[in-house]
Amino acid sequence: QGSAPATSLLSLAVTSEQIEHLHRRFKQLSQDQLTIRKENFDSIPDLEFNPIRGKIVHAFFDKRNLRQESDGLAEEINFEDFLTIMSYFRPIEMNMDEEQLDRFRKEKLKFLFHMYDSDHDGKITLQEYRNVVEELLSGNPHLEKESARSIADGAMMEAASICVGQMGPDQVYEGITFEDFLKV
Amino acid sequence: IPSVSSIVPESCLLIVVGLLVGGLIKGVGEKPPILKSDIFFLFLLPPIILDAGYFLPLRPFTENLGTILIFAVVGTLWNAFFLGGLMYAVCQLGGPGLNHIGLLANLLFGSIISAVDPVAVLAVFEEIHINELLHILVFGESLLNDAVTVVLYHLFEEFASFEQVTILDIILGFLSFFVVSLGGVLVGVIYGVIAAFTSRFTSHIRVIEPLFVFLYSYMAYLSAELFHLSGIMALIAAGVVMRPYVEANISHKSHTTIKYFLKMWSSVSETLIFIFLGVSTVAGHHYWNWTFVISTLFFCLIARVLGVLVLTWFINKFRIVKLTPKDQFIIAYGGLRGAIAFSLGYLLDYKHFGMRDMFLTAIITVIFFTVFVQGMTIRPLVDLLAVKKKQETKRSINEEIHTQFLDHLLTGIEDICGHYGHHHWKDKLNRFNKKYVKKCLIAGERSKEPQLIAFYHKMEMKQAIELVESGGIGKIPSAVSTVSIQNINPQTLPLERVLPALSKDKEEEIRKILRTNLQKTRQRLRSYNRHTLVADPYEEAWNQMLLRRQKARQLEQKMNNYLTVPAHKVDSPTMSRARIGSDPLAYEPKEDSENLPIITIDPASPQSPESVDLMSEEPKGCGGLPPSPEEDEEGLVMRVKEPSSPGTDDVFTPGNGDSPSNQRMLRCLSDPGPRPEPEEGEPFIPKGQ
Repeated sequence: QGSAPATSLLSLAVTSEQIEHLHRRFKQLSQDQLTIRKENFDSIPDLEFNPIRGKIVHAFFDKRNLRQESDGLAEEINFEDFLTIMSYFRPIEMNMDEEQLDRFRKEKLKFLFHMYDSDHDGKITLQEYRNVVEELLSGNPHLEKESARSIADGAMMEAASICVGQMGPDQVYEGITFEDFLKV
Repeated sequence: IPSVSSIVPESCLLIVVGLLVGGLIKGVGEKPPILKSDIFFLFLLPPIILDAGYFLPLRPFTENLGTILIFAVVGTLWNAFFLGGLMYAVCQLGGPGLNHIGLLANLLFGSIISAVDPVAVLAVFEEIHINELLHILVFGESLLNDAVTVVLYHLFEEFASFEQVTILDIILGFLSFFVVSLGGVLVGVIYGVIAAFTSRFTSHIRVIEPLFVFLYSYMAYLSAELFHLSGIMALIAAGVVMRPYVEANISHKSHTTIKYFLKMWSSVSETLIFIFLGVSTVAGHHYWNWTFVISTLFFCLIARVLGVLVLTWFINKFRIVKLTPKDQFIIAYGGLRGAIAFSLGYLLDYKHFGMRDMFLTAIITVIFFTVFVQGMTIRPLVDLLAVKKKQETKRSINEEIHTQFLDHLLTGIEDICGHYGHHHWKDKLNRFNKKYVKKCLIAGERSKEPQLIAFYHKMEMKQAIELVESGGIGKIPSAVSTVSIQNINPQTLPLERVLPALSKDKEEEIRKILRTNLQKTRQRLRSYNRHTLVADPYEEAWNQMLLRRQKARQLEQKMNNYLTVPAHKVDSPTMSRARIGSDPLAYEPKEDSENLPIITIDPASPQSPESVDLMSEEPKGCGGLPPSPEEDEEGLVMRVKEPSSPGTDDVFTPGNGDSPSNQRMLRCLSDPGPRPEPEEGEPFIPKGQ
């Protein structure tokens, strides 16, 4: 799983040129204000087709991603925060060493993890996972909830079996923690 | 003692066999057959390419398409010109025997021998199980360089008969490259679309579905070759384009047929090609010129290594996952030449190319060298260099979810920053595909099935089939754990009774058996027809019955006190689709599925003596199961679509006149006869723990 983000994330180098471009985009989105709110994201037409747009937008306002110590959701973000989020999608540079690479990779995965874990408790529970699958499939109107659920359940079980292995019938698997997430 | 096959790749052995056979024939005094080019290009090559194209792993291919293209086009061009030029120099310096070989002839020779051969690459790389990235890089390159080879070959062949070569000719030649490659792809795409469209209507004549796939692909190849376009690219394009749609349309059995036929044909072709290579070596006229041959070999290797190095340095600037030196070494080392080069050489005209024999000798030498030396040593080298091998893990549902999630995420981010990148276009293509193309090319309501669901079904089916094939409970592929739904989802449901956990493998088994039965029913109905194979279904049904009985008995033996699968697992889209899509008479009245554990299996064939226990088992709330508000964790509901639609499968239905409720033959999966204790009314409902 680790290789997937590394290979497929956008090549957004944080060069000054890119910062300029992002700044222009920011201004466009915020309509020349200093901060963006959630509503501003609605003005992006292509985003509408995206089944997980709710989560994406949410991720921008998630304080954990903004590297603030607190938890919860920010009301609005300024350009610096915008850049912070975007920096998660930097490509790997050639001159990074092992440790940096590892840290970088972990950060990206953590970002992804936060997107799954909507109630900020540090674990992806079954309900949250179901939500994810439902959202993913929300592009198709006549899907039944049950199929989404069964997929999510199956996936969750698989994850549990990978992470924990043998479990007695009485043990309870709370949810996927970040460490488990890395393993999967 | 390591066996021969672990040291020597199969292709080498086959060539040796060919040599022996050729020697034998010659020894007897007969003239051994030579690999004629038209046989090769018309009959031996297409199955291999189609097999490769149809089963091409599309995702890694498209992700690395840029790299592959650069290697294929620029790399081959570089090889051809470098080699041709150097050989010309050698010829000029080489003394009287070689002086007369002109620049063009040498360039032609270079172009013939510079192309990496897909057959050889496949043969060798299949055995070393290298990681997916390298495999697709080398293999993709070998496929796509056909366009370059075709253009160069025809170009130089034409030019060799000209008196003068003008700049205009060169420019036209350059343009013809685009025509050849893009034209080939276009031809392939057109035929692919036609094939997909045809498969939409084959729901009543399942038997000839594979034929369409093969025929249309072959026609694509022939059409392209007819116009001197790249036949290989046409074939690949056709296979790639038709595959998703055809697979959604055709029956499972047809899919299996296609897969096995393709594998069979490509295996046979490959074997024949290598044997013929051996025979031709013995049979052909040879003209051995030390200088020429040795220098060819030498420069081939150098050209390849240099080419790979330079190109990788260039490509790595644009790649996110860089190619390490180890990767580069394998790519360079994997540049095997094969039968295509030989056949192209064989096609050369004696009139224009008097030194054809010498060329052929050199080509054969290079082929032998690459296949034998490089082919044999690549495996220990891979081990020595600790190159990453292919991971044998099957694609899990988790992976699929994450991959899709990531795709959408990245597309979203791209949209947000207004950057129209790779993901944006891919997403647009997907949406276009879903909206328009799928509607045309896929039959019925399957066109609306989202990819995740389709994937999930496929996976489940595969597991079910695996289970049945493995003959029982013993081997469950992945589950070594005893995690169950209980473990994951207990406390959050307030009114939940503490349900005993079902061990994962038991649950898997149940699911699989059900899937098998369900799917088999559906497939049977779709696959057979009064017109075809009337005798078989009886036998089939009989066998299946026996199989099911056996499974059920085994299962039942091991089943004790285990709870059911949550209802929704069973009541999956397969069945809801079955319900929606087909005969409305076919299913039971909509009862509250959550509370009634009803096991309904498709009706036994009337011939079966063991069958027909028409027990209506509807234990309403049998002892061990209080109705739980949470619908997921409830009783086992297995519903099967009743095959009462007329015209299909008369074989099975005991009589069309029956109303659905009568037709619902409820039969325990275990031995006939209900269990005495009411709580264990069905084998799958345990006593509470």
